[in-house]
Amino acid sequence: MDLYEYQGRELFARHGLPVLDGGVATTPEEARAIAERLGGRVVVKAQVKTGGRGKAGGVKLADDADEAQARATDILGMDIKGHTVHKVMLTVTADIAEEYYFSYLLDRANRTFLAVVSVAGGMEIEHVAEEAPERVAKVPIDAVRGVDEALAREIVAEASFPADVSDQVVAIAVKLWQAFVAEDATLVEVNPLAKTSDGTVLCLDAKVTLDANADFRHPDHVAFEDKSAVDPLEQLATEKDLNYVKLDGEVGIIGNGAGLVMSTLDVVAYAGEDLAGPDNRGVRPANFLDIGGGASAAVMANGLEIVLSDPAVKSVFVNVFGGITACDEVANGIVQALALLAERGESVTKPLVVRLDGNNAEAGRSILDSANNPLVERVDTMDGAARRAAELAAAGV
Amino acid sequence: MAIWLTKDSRVIVQGMTGSEGSKHTRRMLRAGTAVVGGVTPGKGGQHVDFDGVPVPVFNSVAEAKSATGADTTVIFVPPKFARGAVIEAIDAEIGLAVVITEGIPVHDTATFWAHAVATGNRTRIIGPNCPGIASPGAANAGIIPADITGPGRVGLVSKSGTLTYQMMYELNDIGFSTCVGIGGDPVIGTTHIDALAAFQDDPETEAVVMIGEIGGDAEERAAEFIEANVTKPVVAYIAGFTAPPGKTMGHAGAIISGSSGTAEAKKVALEAVGVKVGKTPSETARLMREVMTGAR
Repeated sequence: MDLYEYQGRELFARHGLPVLDGGVATTPEEARAIAERLGGRVVVKAQVKTGGRGKAGGVKLADDADEAQARATDILGMDIKGHTVHKVMLTVTADIAEEYYFSYLLDRANRTFLAVVSVAGGMEIEHVAEEAPERVAKVPIDAVRGVDEALAREIVAEASFPADVSDQVVAIAVKLWQAFVAEDATLVEVNPLAKTSDGTVLCLDAKVTLDANADFRHPDHVAFEDKSAVDPLEQLATEKDLNYVKLDGEVGIIGNGAGLVMSTLDVVAYAGEDLAGPDNRGVRPANFLDIGGGASAAVMANGLEIVLSDPAVKSVFVNVFGGITACDEVANGIVQALALLAERGESVTKPLVVRLDGNNAEAGRSILDSANNPLVERVDTMDGAARRAAELAAAGV
Repeated sequence: MAIWLTKDSRVIVQGMTGSEGSKHTRRMLRAGTAVVGGVTPGKGGQHVDFDGVPVPVFNSVAEAKSATGADTTVIFVPPKFARGAVIEAIDAEIGLAVVITEGIPVHDTATFWAHAVATGNRTRIIGPNCPGIASPGAANAGIIPADITGPGRVGLVSKSGTLTYQMMYELNDIGFSTCVGIGGDPVIGTTHIDALAAFQDDPETEAVVMIGEIGGDAEERAAEFIEANVTKPVVAYIAGFTAPPGKTMGHAGAIISGSSGTAEAKKVALEAVGVKVGKTPSETARLMREVMTGAR
């Protein structure tokens, strides 16, 4: 989960990192109150999970509370790269003398963590790495040893921080590592890490990504979830413990296993390329939904319910490979799921294409045949079934 | 022959008395695997009966190893205990640890991996979040269904469980030497490259199917490795061409970050070194069938 800047700042403050005093507001009036409390000049920053806020006009200075309220009015509701601004963060301003960059992240390729640090901060680090790679220091970190003061000194030396800030940066490096570990983050990025004109080093931005797999030991992380920004169908799926991602096409997809479902999306997109979908494009997959290995009737029913409630969906492709679960169980699951949906009062009118293969496929197919549901069509190859589902979706557009 | 798991492998199951652990222990035994013990702290001394076969339970991996001569462990413990379980297996110097558990925090995986490296890499770790490893006709360590295919001369390495099963099924008349599910987490113990190297050295593997998916750059690095080190034919499949950036597609590691980790980049890298990449799983199976029938 990616955090908003204000959440990252809050988390940094909790771990003793130096951040500017501030607050977060959802209305111009709240923004005014915060500006009054802070006193003097403030910066008003749009809270969106995308870069380029400044260029889009989402970061403004305000000299007093009146102006802060006016700037918050401008920024709230603004659209930045498809993200609507629902919150603004206000902080006191800092007189910046120098800007640096400091981050810890997961290095997948080397199966360890990495400190990426530069004295050229304030801009995108990818840009610095391209223009002046010698100014970006990358120091691998052993997950067991972590970052102690000695290693922090090495990192600071490697990145050639000026001597007058090195002690402060060392202290920040150690605390930032502690926050990274304590919060189970996969990324903590401070850009800029700034030296102010009085020589103090401060974290002026906070980009944090948390590992959802670690939620079990962080009950407090639930508070960071922003339900308003989540697609309502994705929200419903999360509540039902289903792995669902909303996409922009017309063929609803249900399958077992993440890899198979990803593959199903691709095969449906290829199959629908030359068909007439909306906006002069082909027919595409409407979602990712992995119902896992078990595929019981109840799970299948929940999955179908979510996919069918998406108004963009014109047909559904159920693609199951019977590995651990036998296909006859899956077929029974589908038949029972449709009955269950009827019981719940859902009227199922969209066509379903079902492909069952693998363990006990023949038995599964004959269960579907004898149930004889007019909405369910059986196609026995993945490619053929994808094509049929795309055709049915095109007919329904 | 097969890689890493053979008919002589002696397997223990950490978490054997749990529901998943016991279900799959029964399946592994039915597939002919020598499951010689289970580990559940506090339940040592008990036996669990699997279709008339009593399997002893031990309190620790070290105890299980010294009593049974186990060289392989399959780990089914819940995510919050997984780090401890893997470290225990490493400290007991078990040769192969197959970590089935899904949902392990990546800091925990990075920690047990660092521990494995620091202690000299004496334990090969497969997974986490993987279906395990199967050498058809010989042994099965994990949850891969044993009856999809028989033994043969194709090696399979895959990030995805169901796509592994699908590929095994499509080529079940040709058969497989070993099928390795390396898992879909961002940090995994055994990589595509490790499996490719082992298959290259395995005299009974003639060709390799490699299945990848979006996220990270493991497939790109595998392509470099293939160019320099693999002379056997490799056919690949990559899932996730239509996945949007920034969304985790089921597997914790399956995410396109910015412009990195796309399926297209992986396909291009593999094709550049002469690997045939199928557009769909069935086309991939067809390509491998051509390789194997042409080779005979």
